[in-house]
Amino acid sequence: MDRIPILRMGHFLLVTIQTDLYDRLALELEADLVQMVNKTNAKGVLIDISALSIVDSFMGRIIGNIASMCKILDAETIVTGMQPAVAITLIELGLDLKGVHTALNVERGMAILQAKIREQSDISEETDDEDDDDYPDTERFESSDT
Amino acid sequence: MILTLNQETLPLYKEQEVILLRNRIKEYAVKIGMGLVNQTKLITAASELMRNMLKYAAGGSVKVEAVSKGRETGIRLVFTDKGPGIPDIALAMKDGYSTGKSLGVGLPGTRRLVSEFDIKSKPGEGTVVTVIKWKNG
Repeated sequence: MDRIPILRMGHFLLVTIQTDLYDRLALELEADLVQMVNKTNAKGVLIDISALSIVDSFMGRIIGNIASMCKILDAETIVTGMQPAVAITLIELGLDLKGVHTALNVERGMAILQAKIREQSDISEETDDEDDDDYPDTERFESSDT
Repeated sequence: MILTLNQETLPLYKEQEVILLRNRIKEYAVKIGMGLVNQTKLITAASELMRNMLKYAAGGSVKVEAVSKGRETGIRLVFTDKGPGIPDIALAMKDGYSTGKSLGVGLPGTRRLVSEFDIKSKPGEGTVVTVIKWKNG
């Protein structure tokens, strides 16, 4: 059965959608992602949609749902790589993806997520040192601890 | 006077078929040289209508046509179903209205995405939605 893979990268979950989604696949992704956030304690979710040639109202709603569910579980969601034609169409359709963070590409999306996490860890300093061993953190994240 | 250059009718009863149909429509659009933005609008509109058809009428058929009017060429799509029909079309065309649990942008949004939009529905008999997207429209 088809499934969209969810990759773990440090405190983040990474999803790159490489195929056009039909409805059931999108709903499964929504459920899987929320469960994965819970299971891995993820602080951020990055969804790359650069390979999607269209985003219709259903897909837009799924993206919005994912963002609000993750928010409740204390994880930030960022959507990256939207094609210009898709953005034009979305606005004309009347969907403005409220409450969803977006970035031009994966690199910038990651930078934004990391900045957000750092903000949070600055507030509650040195809370879970042990936890960090479980996650192979990125360099940037380690250096912020010192 | 709208002339049909090329046409085919495809059935739509399964969710997975939506993607095949989208690709077929894209092929037609590419063949007449439609730009990427208009292609995306057309396919998004088609996707909305196909979803409605599956959701409310359990499927139907989609006719894809390459058409021309004077110097304009474009793609015409006809969505035909034998579902319950829409009792109040004016209401269904309003932004934010939905009988299902969706956002209610489907029909009004679709109308904004295409050049010409026509909907005919008889309760108990079904619905026919016809849209045209001109290449440069």
